[in-house]
Amino acid sequence: MSDATKGWGRQQMADRIAHEFQDGWIVNLGVGMPTLCSNTDIGDRHIIYHSENGVIGYGPIAPAGQEDLNLVNAGGQNVTLNPGAAVVHHADSFAIIRGGRIDVTVLGAYEVAENGDFANWKLAGAKGGGIGGAMDLAACAKRVFVIMEHLTRDGRPRLVQRCALPVTAPGVVKLVATNWGLFEPAGEGFRVCELAPGITLDEVRAATGGALLAWLRHCEPKAK
Amino acid sequence: MGTKQYASFREAVADIPDGATVAFGGFAMPGTPFNLIKALAEHGAKNLTLIANTTGGAQQPRMPDIGLLVEQGQVRKVICAFTAATRASDVLPFTRYYETGEVEAELVPQGTLAERLRAAGAGIPAFYTPTAVGTELAAGRETRVIKGREYLLEYALPVDFAFLRACRADAFGNLQFHRSQRNFNPLMAMAAHVAIVEVDEDILPTGAIDPDQVHTPGIFIHRLVKVPPSPDGIWPIRRQERRR
Repeated sequence: MSDATKGWGRQQMADRIAHEFQDGWIVNLGVGMPTLCSNTDIGDRHIIYHSENGVIGYGPIAPAGQEDLNLVNAGGQNVTLNPGAAVVHHADSFAIIRGGRIDVTVLGAYEVAENGDFANWKLAGAKGGGIGGAMDLAACAKRVFVIMEHLTRDGRPRLVQRCALPVTAPGVVKLVATNWGLFEPAGEGFRVCELAPGITLDEVRAATGGALLAWLRHCEPKAK
Repeated sequence: MGTKQYASFREAVADIPDGATVAFGGFAMPGTPFNLIKALAEHGAKNLTLIANTTGGAQQPRMPDIGLLVEQGQVRKVICAFTAATRASDVLPFTRYYETGEVEAELVPQGTLAERLRAAGAGIPAFYTPTAVGTELAAGRETRVIKGREYLLEYALPVDFAFLRACRADAFGNLQFHRSQRNFNPLMAMAAHVAIVEVDEDILPTGAIDPDQVHTPGIFIHRLVKVPPSPDGIWPIRRQERRR
């Protein structure tokens, strides 16, 4: 039997996505699991982490007792600054986003569809929503990567043929890490790039709402 | 010219009328004018339209936030990038009032919110943005295709009063922010008829901040209040981490 907790853990999902980052990329990390990407050791590749609140070039979470309470990432966590960091106001921060300078944004999601649509701002039946910077990022970053659990709490697939929830942006997701593996929306199905240890293709097929096209050991863009 | 320095938060917000539109700087703790929010709660103005990134209450410990003003029945409408939590297990204090229809809300993508404020301060009545095209938010609204890409029309968002928090100010109102305190604060100052600032440090003599180092010029700033030490003043505190 499959269960929602097998496969990769939260940090491992983030690590898998972070290994796709290329040297020199400007990377925006969304709230939740995506922020864990800044903990990943990706060797000597130089990554510039951008946060929607105008922090450019932040580093790891600040050690306890050394926090600057006026310095936070998108999740409100106290972070540190790397050499070369800069701080701008919100309009300039989103000029960076809409101006197309973000190489990748990593976001959480409720659902990703095989056509690259994704939903992450409004729960079923809710009157309000939480958009934050997600719609600006999704519409304008060069790439959108998603980290999410493979299944909902009640066991339904989050990789779906078409989104049932209101979308954040249509047709933008390039790569998805779930606790079961790494997938690419491929139009008419999902390409399986990698499976987490202990996860079989049959299990994934049974728990994915779109066709599985092929199992490629490495997807593009694959980091070295 | 009269002084911009006010002795108390109460005096700085005393003339805010019922029905005013008030914008609040801040992104999480940094740059949030907690003391002015508290003063507005005590002042009691009603039928307000409030603009901020969130309605508050998502982080612990709870600080004075828009949700507090909503709970006191002072608010008609909020304009925010978050009007509900994004996970079912988190319920914002605001959500109940919104779902029962006691308060209206306009949900705006964060970059659009920032640019609408910037536009108001810059004399630009409206602009086109690629953000939210193809989503529920764009349904029935004016879009235009420019050089092959579809854009959504968004209008400037002028405000009556802006509440800011800055690290440093001189008596003329020239401001500096520390780290991510800056966020929406400079934009809200420019969009506002009256900008009121709570300041971390003692207010400096005019000219004490080098002109090249001013983040927001004093021409946009009308009132300054020094935040007193805790417990009389409210200061950012270490956030309690929740396992999500």
